[in-house]
Amino acid sequence: MIDLIAGIFVLSGATFCLIAAIGMVRFPDLYVRMHAATKAGTLGVGLALMAVVVFGAVSGDLGTVLRALAALLFVLLTAPIGAHLLARAAYATGVEMWHKSEVDDLRGKYDFSRDVLIGDGGATDEASEDRS
Amino acid sequence: MPDLFAQLGPIGASFLAFATTVGLGMLIISFFLTVFRLVRGPSLADRVLSLDFLFTLGMTFIAIFIVATGRTVYLDIAIALGLVGFLATVAYARFVYRRWRKKESESD
Repeated sequence: MIDLIAGIFVLSGATFCLIAAIGMVRFPDLYVRMHAATKAGTLGVGLALMAVVVFGAVSGDLGTVLRALAALLFVLLTAPIGAHLLARAAYATGVEMWHKSEVDDLRGKYDFSRDVLIGDGGATDEASEDRS
Repeated sequence: MPDLFAQLGPIGASFLAFATTVGLGMLIISFFLTVFRLVRGPSLADRVLSLDFLFTLGMTFIAIFIVATGRTVYLDIAIALGLVGFLATVAYARFVYRRWRKKESESD
């Protein structure tokens, strides 16, 4: 029974990683590719680490269970932060969107060279100037 | 071989061995596909994203390797790999952004 659970976790985690990698090759632009790599990739590594949790629980090794859970928590915390920073940097440097992507709500509303919003009451915060 | 296989008996062990072998095979294909994007990727941000995903794939590979062989010491390496991967992504994103800002301020 336990082997079935661990094996299913391993197989589904590897499958999600493979789907994310296929998405990395097939998808048309950076922002869509980021969607594949971050969401499916995080789910894949999370499922594989859950297999390690099951493995540690079966062998009665509490340290392994806790370390695997800590690694899982760390991945879940850091993956969105890294993806957000990278997407922001890519948008600022003008990486092109796919020609069929139509909605771009941020276009012309943010001045990346000064880190301020354009329009909308001109909410300029001076504190953001020296943050970079 | 690990304790887990000894506890499971022949049938359970064979399913888990099958799952880990197939899983590691899938991950090897994923590594190659991601490296293709790393080499090809039109922009620098694409390459940074590929590197970030390679770190994620490495963590997954180590996790499945632990289940396959029972060597739990490798879990520490997976955690360290996640830490280094996050820091590398943050550093590269800031590098892309600051290089663009420098160019922008020079062109003004």
